[in-house]
Amino acid sequence: MAQEAQKERSMILQKEMIDGLFNDLAKAKETGKKVCYTFIPGNLSELIRTFDMLPVYPEINALQSAMRKKSAAYIKEAEKNAHSEDVCTYVKCDVGMMMKGNIGPTGLKIPEPDILLLSYTGCFTFLKWFETLKREYPNAKVIMVHTPYQENAQMTPEMTQYMVKQFKEEVIPQMEAVTGIKYDEEKLKRHLVLAKEAQDLITKIFDTTKHRPSPIDAYFAGVYYIGPINIGFRGTQEAVDYYKELYSEIQERIRLGLGPITPEGEMKEEKYRLVVEGPPNWTSFREFWKIFYDMGAVIVASSYTKVGGVYDMGWRHDSTRPLESLAEYCMNCYTNLSIPQRIDLISKCITEYHADGYVTNSIKSCNSFSAGQLGMMREIEDRLEVPVGFIESDLVDPRYFSYSNIKNRLESYFQMLEQRRIIKETEVV
Amino acid sequence: MEKYYLGIDLGSTTSKAVIINSSDKIIGRGITNTRANYKVAADIAREEAIYDARFTLLANKIKADMESKPEFKKYMEDVRTVFQYQQFKRRMESLEKMLRKTVSEFTHANKDAVAEKLSALLENIRPQIRNEFVYGNLGSKNQFFRDIVSEKYNIEVALVGKEFYEPLMLAFDKSITPVENEMVQYNFKELVLESMTLLEEKYQGLAEQQEDGSKEDWYYAELNALKNNYKNVEISLRGHIEAIASDEINIAKMVGTGYGRALLPFPEDCIKSEILCHAFGAHALFPNTRTVLDIGGQDTKAIQVDSHGLVTSFHMNDRCAAGCGRYLGYIADEFGISLNELGPEANKATKETVICSTCTVFAGAEVKELLHSGEERPNILAGLHKAIVQRAMSLIARSGGVKNEFTFTGGVARNEAVLRYVKQMVVDSYGEVTMNIHTDSIFMGALGGAMFARRNISADLPIAKKTKEVEV
Repeated sequence: MAQEAQKERSMILQKEMIDGLFNDLAKAKETGKKVCYTFIPGNLSELIRTFDMLPVYPEINALQSAMRKKSAAYIKEAEKNAHSEDVCTYVKCDVGMMMKGNIGPTGLKIPEPDILLLSYTGCFTFLKWFETLKREYPNAKVIMVHTPYQENAQMTPEMTQYMVKQFKEEVIPQMEAVTGIKYDEEKLKRHLVLAKEAQDLITKIFDTTKHRPSPIDAYFAGVYYIGPINIGFRGTQEAVDYYKELYSEIQERIRLGLGPITPEGEMKEEKYRLVVEGPPNWTSFREFWKIFYDMGAVIVASSYTKVGGVYDMGWRHDSTRPLESLAEYCMNCYTNLSIPQRIDLISKCITEYHADGYVTNSIKSCNSFSAGQLGMMREIEDRLEVPVGFIESDLVDPRYFSYSNIKNRLESYFQMLEQRRIIKETEVV
Repeated sequence: MEKYYLGIDLGSTTSKAVIINSSDKIIGRGITNTRANYKVAADIAREEAIYDARFTLLANKIKADMESKPEFKKYMEDVRTVFQYQQFKRRMESLEKMLRKTVSEFTHANKDAVAEKLSALLENIRPQIRNEFVYGNLGSKNQFFRDIVSEKYNIEVALVGKEFYEPLMLAFDKSITPVENEMVQYNFKELVLESMTLLEEKYQGLAEQQEDGSKEDWYYAELNALKNNYKNVEISLRGHIEAIASDEINIAKMVGTGYGRALLPFPEDCIKSEILCHAFGAHALFPNTRTVLDIGGQDTKAIQVDSHGLVTSFHMNDRCAAGCGRYLGYIADEFGISLNELGPEANKATKETVICSTCTVFAGAEVKELLHSGEERPNILAGLHKAIVQRAMSLIARSGGVKNEFTFTGGVARNEAVLRYVKQMVVDSYGEVTMNIHTDSIFMGALGGAMFARRNISADLPIAKKTKEVEV
């Protein structure tokens, strides 16, 4: 019982934070706060906070709509307005939500943007998404930062300087103009100190999957854990407090030898430890999760929880180099890593967290994630001799989630893992 | 008592059953079309496999005779064909009853006339089918009850006149499904003995027939052997049949697999993924297999296996079943020919028409357009077959390519045109590799299941778990 109460506390904290943000957003007009729409990968949360702005993350709204079973109607609305069936479903869900009154996940209206800030350009769809938003909100200021791709698997000083130049010459002056607030580097530094603290904590949290049984599911529960750090609270004391609380709850689970919590209670037996690549399906999130926990499969690491920042390899925001640090953060987001870097990162997770298998959930409408996934899977299979599995679904379009097909493939995959385990233990007759 | 192991593969198009003995040797095979009632399909396949097992045991008992005397071999072949006919006949009687009942419930003004036409039609097709079984080769055509009846029925209906066409077709559509979903238990001994009586009639007739030189020499050799000796064969068999018919085929353990496996009334630990079963079955027949391609009704699977026959990775078609067996079924319907005719027809092609393989329904539209513009049927079919194989090749590439040896399984492996393209494209993409295709290809999943049953390797599945639904 004590466990449940503790678990609830971090969840309550998170809920309060999110509700607070959406309340602030709903009152933005009255309070005079400026609103900045931006995306999770490469988000400049600390800079937005420095200018006292409120962030809106369209892709978070889209996934929240999907979990509330509203995405189908929003997508239909967008398609009615000439968005093709093949367009990223996050975009269509967001555009549809806007067309239907822009009511956010908590039921409150989301204000129009003052700034459309695009700080990660690796996803071409993001560009087109904001072009669409720009047409809808002609008064919004568009700020676009070009983030160089880590093609040679490194961030060079030149790349960093190139980005810092953009911050100094484009981003900061425009933010100053829109908000009427002067850029305060000391304030930014304070946010960066807190950002680092949250990053240290979340790294420790995801590292707890080293334990057997793993106290957490780093994918299905992981997507909740990354909430605060990804939706604008990175760089705040609230986020630090949340992660401290969460970490202590997980520590307690480890002490008691407990496995992860699922929607149907605690997972009793950890049979398989997996690493998952790709975003989850949001429209049938619970059903999708259930296939895994019913089989006793726990996800010990996932690439998706790194989408808002990769901290495993030691990178942190650094208050002594504030703008350089922001530049590196943008370049270091998961989908901006080169394919060999992603392979190394996933391989490290598979090895360090003693995973039994590697599963890719390939998303129909997400190029950022899908490109290279098959090649990565083959390389990882060859390198680590780990059993690999491949399934396909979509982010928020319920039409592309075929439960029986996914279940059929996953069942086969789990049986394959089981069989290989038996073979390892005893030779087949 | 000898122990046997059963594997059932409930696929989307056909249901297969295989019985093996304790040294993994197949002793019985059964196959039927999968119908609305999965349990009936599985039961029929199992019953068929048990009859087949009894025949195998019978053949084993008279092995020496069968090897040395051609009449024994021929007689055994014939008795099995006629046995099939006897089974067919019983189901046909049930269908006839159902047809009559359906028509009697019609509200059409010409209902009585329809009933009369129906009777005449049935009178016509009954001897046709009998003759094709007993004297022809219908028994070896791998056709299911529904296919055999509907083929004959359709021909007859087309001859009876327009006003009867609709009601007679409606009667058939309404009657065939319940009859197909009915489980009919046969008495093995009774059916074999009836078959032997029928054969006696056949051979007596043949004994009076003169050689006319229109057939191959071996035909006359076998026939002559039988004509003169069938009575000896009959006497020799009768004793064995008694024993075999009352022998219990003791199924020690069974494993269900295939797309419909979740619906099989099997305990949880007796249900296994078809991917593992196909790989295991293919590996049993060809132990050097490293890559397995299985094209089934709605799934195409590219599977990589290790030296134990265990799966190391697999890839399946997603989102669309274009490129699977159902695609061929749909195309066969479009052309109004049976599935068995597709491959031979495609192999008559002089060129391959390019056809889109991304959607079955679109391909159907393309076919209509091509026929309209005068393209030859074999050329279109060749294009369609090639399109299927191209899809499969893409899947193989995604799964890691073809490794030596390569084994092709599944119902579609029976199609000779598909086979030709698979061979050609595998060589084009991966060079010369050993390619295995076995006459039992369609049974590979069921065989793998039976082999798992024998090994008692369990694998957990949550199917039977009745956990409460989560609120989302």
